[in-house]
Amino acid sequence: MAEFTLPANSVVKPGKLVKAPEGTTNVRRFVVYRYDPDDGQNPRTDTYEVDMDSCGPMVLDALLKIKDEMDSTLSLRRSCREGICGSCSMNIDGANTLACTQSIATIKGDVKVYPLPHQPVVKDLVSDLTNFYAQYAAIEPWMKTDTATPPDRERLQSRADREKLDGLYECILCACCSTSCPSYWWNGDRYLGPAALLNAYRWIVDSRDEATGERLDELEDPFKLYRCHTIMNCTKVCPKGLNPAKAIAATKKLLVQRKM
Amino acid sequence: MSSSKHPTSPHLQIYRLPLTALLSITHRITGVVLALGSIILVWILAAAANSAAYYQAMIPHLQSWYGQLFLLGFIFSLYLHFCNGLRHLFWDAGYGFELETVDLTAKLAIVLALILTVATWAVAGAG
Repeated sequence: MAEFTLPANSVVKPGKLVKAPEGTTNVRRFVVYRYDPDDGQNPRTDTYEVDMDSCGPMVLDALLKIKDEMDSTLSLRRSCREGICGSCSMNIDGANTLACTQSIATIKGDVKVYPLPHQPVVKDLVSDLTNFYAQYAAIEPWMKTDTATPPDRERLQSRADREKLDGLYECILCACCSTSCPSYWWNGDRYLGPAALLNAYRWIVDSRDEATGERLDELEDPFKLYRCHTIMNCTKVCPKGLNPAKAIAATKKLLVQRKM
Repeated sequence: MSSSKHPTSPHLQIYRLPLTALLSITHRITGVVLALGSIILVWILAAAANSAAYYQAMIPHLQSWYGQLFLLGFIFSLYLHFCNGLRHLFWDAGYGFELETVDLTAKLAIVLALILTVATWAVAGAG
């Protein structure tokens, strides 16, 4: 059942203010969600005044500057710092994105930074994505075949068939899309969510895969697939410019077409 | 999803819903308005079918502020649900998923619903 409000232990309280060093003139305020699993307290938002004259252009630059110079207790995931790995996905200025590719200059006012929405929080900006990864595993994201592998070469694919995978294979599993989706917020335990469904479609349209029917059977379910109501938040936030909503619609269409 | 140990991260409280999402929830709300409003619509029609006296008794209610508010709300809900329903029809056929298109059709649906509401109100008021 959908819960529109936060449980008592999750309500966010105001936190501390960490001022910029004396003499700094170019300051931006970063309001950052904090949760410490060891102090028994509710989550809070701490505000950090960051000196922009000595800070890189992206939100990740500011968060790492905060961690390095102002408050080493801040926890976040990051790795590649260039939109390849999908580790630093979080909610910035009210929308999900990668901190490393989100410019600070395009945000008006205080920069509000929260973990990915409606997920269990491990610490600060680190959310528990176990369910998200389990859903990805559930769509069996590998090539399934019945026929024997050709003895002398790979399974070939025409140029046109290969192009059907463009806009699908690029998914980095950052979870921005799934955790932006209200349907996923309310039914994340049963609805697979845009990321898993986009990847399911990536294998459904792969000309080399021989389990198309079984894959469609698996998805023909009121919750797994049909909780998508074309809200479009997924496509709006995908940092790789992919279109999960379109992939989901294409899957629904295939399910109708195979009955005709 | 929910765990007693870990807090749940904020969602509705902090998310800046884009126009497409706002129109999506409005589509659902207008659907509920239409379903409940059709009961009143049937009541009006049943009154007219019952007798002239019964219908006469209903007219002051329809002309009152709450009657007018209902009629205006119902007409707008009908048109918005219809116009946005057309978007869903195209989506189900696999068209109109590009970001520029979803934003454009969202605005079109709202503007068209407003124009149709005003036009219907004007025609009904004139008649």
